[in-house]
Amino acid sequence: MEAREIVFDFLEGYDLLGAFWVTVKLTVYSALGALIWGTLLAGMRVGPVPLMRGFGTAYVNIVRNIPLTVIIVFASLGLFQTLQVTLGGGDNFETVNFRLAVLSLALYTAAFVCEALRSGINTVPAGQAEAARALGLSFTQVLRLIILPQAFRSVVNPLANVLIALTKNTTVAAAIGVVEAAYLMKDMIEAEAQLILISAIFAFGFICLTLPTGLVLGWVSKKVAVKR
Amino acid sequence: MQLRKVTAASAAVLALALTATACGSEDKDDAAGSGGGGKITIGIKIDQPGLGLKTPDGKFAGFDVDVATYIAKELGFDAKNIEFVETKSADRETAIERGDVKFIAATYSINDERLQKVDFAGPYLLAHQDVLVRADDNTIKSPEDLNNKKLCSVTGSTSAKNVKEKLAPKAQLQNYGGYSECLTGLENKAIDALTTDDSILAGYAAQEAHKGKFKLAGFKMTNENYGIGLKKGDADLKKKVDAALTKMVSDGSWDKAVEANFGPANYKNEKAPEIGNVVK
Repeated sequence: MEAREIVFDFLEGYDLLGAFWVTVKLTVYSALGALIWGTLLAGMRVGPVPLMRGFGTAYVNIVRNIPLTVIIVFASLGLFQTLQVTLGGGDNFETVNFRLAVLSLALYTAAFVCEALRSGINTVPAGQAEAARALGLSFTQVLRLIILPQAFRSVVNPLANVLIALTKNTTVAAAIGVVEAAYLMKDMIEAEAQLILISAIFAFGFICLTLPTGLVLGWVSKKVAVKR
Repeated sequence: MQLRKVTAASAAVLALALTATACGSEDKDDAAGSGGGGKITIGIKIDQPGLGLKTPDGKFAGFDVDVATYIAKELGFDAKNIEFVETKSADRETAIERGDVKFIAATYSINDERLQKVDFAGPYLLAHQDVLVRADDNTIKSPEDLNNKKLCSVTGSTSAKNVKEKLAPKAQLQNYGGYSECLTGLENKAIDALTTDDSILAGYAAQEAHKGKFKLAGFKMTNENYGIGLKKGDADLKKKVDAALTKMVSDGSWDKAVEANFGPANYKNEKAPEIGNVVK
């Protein structure tokens, strides 16, 4: 009991849970954004309109090849500082930075969601789409009612990978001052002489977030897999 | 068959990588070996303009570098026999204790916690926490004026927190990974003030790209006594370094180094501190 108090007394005065809560919020909001935008992108890439296909391909290839740090710092320096885009955050740095981070993470992760989903679309036999077209369904109807429901079920595992990567990528938001876990870690390392212990605590925190994500989604993946 | 090709290819890549690293380490050994005992290793910062900066052509420049070079000269080492290595803030004590570096000149302020682990020669510069504002901005005249202003600093730094907690509780705080982002914001008016040690701020403001755009407000919010970090108990080296610093001040090299590195930023430096006189 006493030994524990001595070892961990440097944690006092730090809002460890609060910082991880910001990490969770960053992850959830950007995951939702990335899922929606990524699905739209995948739709564009398999769609019949050449312009949209071209846009989807260009977007994915450009965005996934830019380092995330560059995207996030650009959002802050370019969008916020230069163009004064505040995303409705007004004058409050905290809100603006958080929203910019969510926007950047969502735009970046969407490229990976799109590619995972597209590989899922390719697992659905072409005959199904042809049959649906023969019944008179439009392209969006085919996608929405026939293809995507099956595609999603086959890419739960790859999407879980993307989600885990996203959880860890949120640490990059510290670069523009979002007070999430990595930001607090830098703060603590600067102020306390406990480098290894602090790093271990934060590594453990991230494992607590990502390990269950992987396990649960792995189980879901088995449950919903399309048996062919 | 396919598999075997892949295996062979990866084995070749691995072998190449191994030879490459082997070469690398050999080179390093050679360099250290040929120098014999004639080299000195000094820890500096390599990312702070005006104090310690690695220039694109691989040289080092800044006030800390000038001071370190002068001391090395007094200790009997030519400029070409000095090996500068980067010592980040968090690594400084370890680098000294392990003997990786002979001494450290890296914006190293003397304080009680550090004195338990290392010895300090000097101080050689008295700096203060200050704020940098746009050259045409006359609204910030005292630290209290920072209320409702946008203040910038870097992640993990205590300077901005000090201001917010003690002097201007209503200041808006923005943290970035580096000072450069703050400077961009200051220029764009997204940020009103940037805070850290005045010597560091002066170094940034004196950079070619920033000349004339920013000025120091001149608030002396804290006292930072920069010293030369040495191995604990090395009284002989401490005496020699102190003597070198005294000589540097008396022959005018100190003033020249200050002028050359901080000159263009309206930086009113303190007089060269007396050796052993740590201003609290």
